[in-house]
Amino acid sequence: MRRISFWLLSTLTVLVLLFGYHTSLSSRMPTAAATPVISSTVSGSGSSGSSSSGSGSSGSSGSSGSSAATSSTVTGTVAQTEWGPVQVRLELTGGTIQQVDVLQYPNGNSRDAEINSYALPILVQETTDAQSANIDMVSGATVTSTGYLQSLQSALDQANL
Amino acid sequence: MTAATVDSDLRVHREVEHLMGMPLSLALRGRHAGTATGAAAWAAALVEMREADAVFSTYRPESWVSRLGRGEVRLDDCPAVVREVLDLGEQACRESGGAFDIRRRGADGRRVLDPSGVVKGWAAQRAAAPLLDLDDTDVCLSAGGDMVCAVADPDRPAWRVGVEDPHALDRVVAVVPVRNGAVATSGHARRGAHVVDARTGLAPTALASVTVVGPDLTWADIDATCALALGAEGECWLRARSGRSAVVVRQNGTVAAW
Repeated sequence: MRRISFWLLSTLTVLVLLFGYHTSLSSRMPTAAATPVISSTVSGSGSSGSSSSGSGSSGSSGSSGSSAATSSTVTGTVAQTEWGPVQVRLELTGGTIQQVDVLQYPNGNSRDAEINSYALPILVQETTDAQSANIDMVSGATVTSTGYLQSLQSALDQANL
Repeated sequence: MTAATVDSDLRVHREVEHLMGMPLSLALRGRHAGTATGAAAWAAALVEMREADAVFSTYRPESWVSRLGRGEVRLDDCPAVVREVLDLGEQACRESGGAFDIRRRGADGRRVLDPSGVVKGWAAQRAAAPLLDLDDTDVCLSAGGDMVCAVADPDRPAWRVGVEDPHALDRVVAVVPVRNGAVATSGHARRGAHVVDARTGLAPTALASVTVVGPDLTWADIDATCALALGAEGECWLRARSGRSAVVVRQNGTVAAW
């Protein structure tokens, strides 16, 4: 299992508290008795998982471009928050997060908008470049216009113009 | 909704304009991506940005802020937005224990009024308003790497925002899926050490970049700059701020995200 998966699993509690996926699942809320399943093996010291080295990688080889890699789905345990229960499901392909679904989320109070308004960053492998990360925009230290042509953002803009 | 419909909706229409010395990049998806209505909202956003620049630019001697800094006008003479921005700056100064200060030390040791650390995020958040009003349209508006994101349709995916690696600018260290919120990054990568700790006048180097994800760009941007200015204390300070998630890249290359 690649580092990113490991990191995510070990920080699932953090994840479920800080997710940014809202109403999309309101129409298909699961039953309250959803079985908590963590299907992937998590080895090593999970600890807090609040930090992770940006360098180094696990033994897995192959670039994230190899989309034919193994897919797996991981469902987190239901976390009780002060706003209500939260549960997420991750879909992974070859160690890359393809999708995060929120199976359960708190509803019915005004704090929802607040906790749903931001999203948890997902750390990526050291080899990830803009293309394989499949991103829409790049956030970075202020890009001056003169430096712009070298920036990732310009590549993204050009690809879609 | 069928898959085919989703695919056609997800065509991303992009625009780029350079102003305030930085690129303003827009991505739109959905109903008004590439339509005249979408173009009109983009034009309105640019007008907002240019107006903010005219009022706040420290590079324009005739701007209200430049005149205020020279003591030629009083705060009461200025447009109301000047007080709004200065109040934000005061709040940021208090909340960062003085590390962030819109009155920076000039070469002669005297304080110079420079609210640009507040203006960019604040202005971009305001400028996004006409775009966010677009019916059934997803918006991602980036002002020099800090962005406001919105997804109108719950069936569409989040915007995927890459967080640049300050040590290798063609790579990303993290991806943030954002539906409705803002992402701001402060770092030393592109302009050198331009953020200083106002308490010491020195540029702290413990952190290479700080990315904050929060509900609005005004505070995401302020918080990212404060944390960077706080240096080694910045990570701890940022973790104590509620309602944000973050990516911190330390000078030694390690990354923390929460």
